[in-house]
Amino acid sequence: MLSDTERRELEDALKQYPDKRSGTIDVLLILQRRRGWISDDSLLDIAQFLEMTCEDVDSVATFYNLIFRKPVGRHVAFLCDSISCWIRGCDQVREQLKKHYDIDLGQTTRDGRLTVLPIACLGHCERAPAMMIDQDVYGEVTPEKVESIVEKYK
Amino acid sequence: MAKGWRWGSLRPPTSNLKPASNMERPLTQYIHPDGTPRLLREYVQNSGYRSLQRLAAGMAPKDVQRLVVEAGLRGRGGGGFPTGNKWSFVPMGPDAPKPKYIVANADEMEPGTFKDRILMEGDPHGLVEGMIMAGYALDAEVGYIFLRGEYHLSAQRLTRAIADAYAAGYLGKPLPGTTFRFDLHLHSSAGRYICGEETALINALEGKRATPRAKPPYPQTVGLWGQPTIVQNVETLYNLPHIVNHDSAWYHSLSRTQDGGTKIYGVSGRVTRPGWWELPLGTTARELLEQHAGGMLQGVRFRGVLPGGISTAFLIEGHLDLPLDFSSFPAQVGRLGTGTMIVLDDHTCPVGFVLNLERFFARESCGWCTPCREGLPWVVRLLQSFEEGCATNDDLALLDMHTKWFAPGHTFCGLAPGAMAPLQSALHYFHDDFERHISLGRCPWSNKPAQLRVLA
Repeated sequence: MLSDTERRELEDALKQYPDKRSGTIDVLLILQRRRGWISDDSLLDIAQFLEMTCEDVDSVATFYNLIFRKPVGRHVAFLCDSISCWIRGCDQVREQLKKHYDIDLGQTTRDGRLTVLPIACLGHCERAPAMMIDQDVYGEVTPEKVESIVEKYK
Repeated sequence: MAKGWRWGSLRPPTSNLKPASNMERPLTQYIHPDGTPRLLREYVQNSGYRSLQRLAAGMAPKDVQRLVVEAGLRGRGGGGFPTGNKWSFVPMGPDAPKPKYIVANADEMEPGTFKDRILMEGDPHGLVEGMIMAGYALDAEVGYIFLRGEYHLSAQRLTRAIADAYAAGYLGKPLPGTTFRFDLHLHSSAGRYICGEETALINALEGKRATPRAKPPYPQTVGLWGQPTIVQNVETLYNLPHIVNHDSAWYHSLSRTQDGGTKIYGVSGRVTRPGWWELPLGTTARELLEQHAGGMLQGVRFRGVLPGGISTAFLIEGHLDLPLDFSSFPAQVGRLGTGTMIVLDDHTCPVGFVLNLERFFARESCGWCTPCREGLPWVVRLLQSFEEGCATNDDLALLDMHTKWFAPGHTFCGLAPGAMAPLQSALHYFHDDFERHISLGRCPWSNKPAQLRVLA
């Protein structure tokens, strides 16, 4: 069930579109920000709110890199693995994360603090390799810097 | 003729090169080096929103269209399609359907490409003004900025710029001296490469799964919510106010070739100074790499470069004096793409390089059409077998076959043909390296760590 505050925020997001369906992404992102991820229950809430079928909403939800249909940690680290970052050593960054936090791509630390996911080019190629944690982008990441960056996110 | 020229059918292209008589950098000259954005007050002080005053002075939509044609503006998103030509298919006049839409394609996800981010973070009002101008020229009263979800800083700054532009009356009210009013909205997407394809983008904006649409009908006549729509790259839109302010002759003086204007070029890879520069269109790759990017890092040698994102073919040493624009590339060499280049060096395995690209394409394929959905993972497996040392000459032939099976027209959209451009050129220029993987039974660069195994 959508709470009143959730419903108000969702209705606000729909104002810039001529129909409800066009707000699907906005609604998914808002609810994900509030609830952490898009569960089946959230999907049902959205479908009812937008007057769409669950299948239609899910066909959108499952399409995008930034919408999570599985639970994630409190913070999500997106590791750019596209070509410029690969040339400049994103593999070593990934190895360091694995070594220090015992998690590989798609996994979450046991304390639920951090999930690591691969991501398509973050558009910070001039400062490769790049990593984004939640909404913050870090460039020129080296294995030595990984811990000090990640420790900012509790 | 350039040293090391090996491509027999190519004539040296320098004959039609003129020096740019005008070294202005209209798009980026005011961008703060410290990364802070230009806010409304500063933007207006430096002649921001001035192009709208020319409209009040009697410039009609068709006059703006004519200026854009004369200026020789070509789309900066990678395709290089002449903007005026694209606009000419939008129905105009009293009988044209209403509303019409302008969509800024800010879904910058082409690997190696970061030019639109530089513009939107540094100078968000430039996009607002460019969209108002495009809207006026096409009598389209509503605009959407389709921004990739990962660009959070751009989203913050554009949101503020749009709010400030509404408060100042540039948006939401009739422009002084005209009856035209423009509304602008920001749509933050959730990250998927195919959304950069304009019909997939339209589906995404309509809240549908973002697979491309069949063309025709083209978006210019049947686009967003069935209405006439122009989808235009961010950098292209930034050019419009300057063309209107200064006229087409000035715009041509910025460039070294027949295409007008400047270009934001970028370089990434193992070079001394990776970065971006706004330079005359037609600047050569050699100037860019040597003078601006400072050459290769010490101890590293140049082997090739993708000139504009990963859907372009490799250029090698012999191509470095080609002017980087939309008209000078011979078809057999390739195309400019986005102008943000990725350098391949001799410490990087060319097969591993291409494997990384094809993994990206396989992962980002929308899955709508079978050849792309099934074929790209196959290409990935073949390239993987080279890296693992179990490839044979048959695999080499099979890779070559794929570049033909994915030729334009064999798939629903341009993703898979784009994916073949770097592969096909790598098979040509780096053929020896592929063969060495076979004869050695391992990757000659095998001391390098294995790639991220996302698909495996």
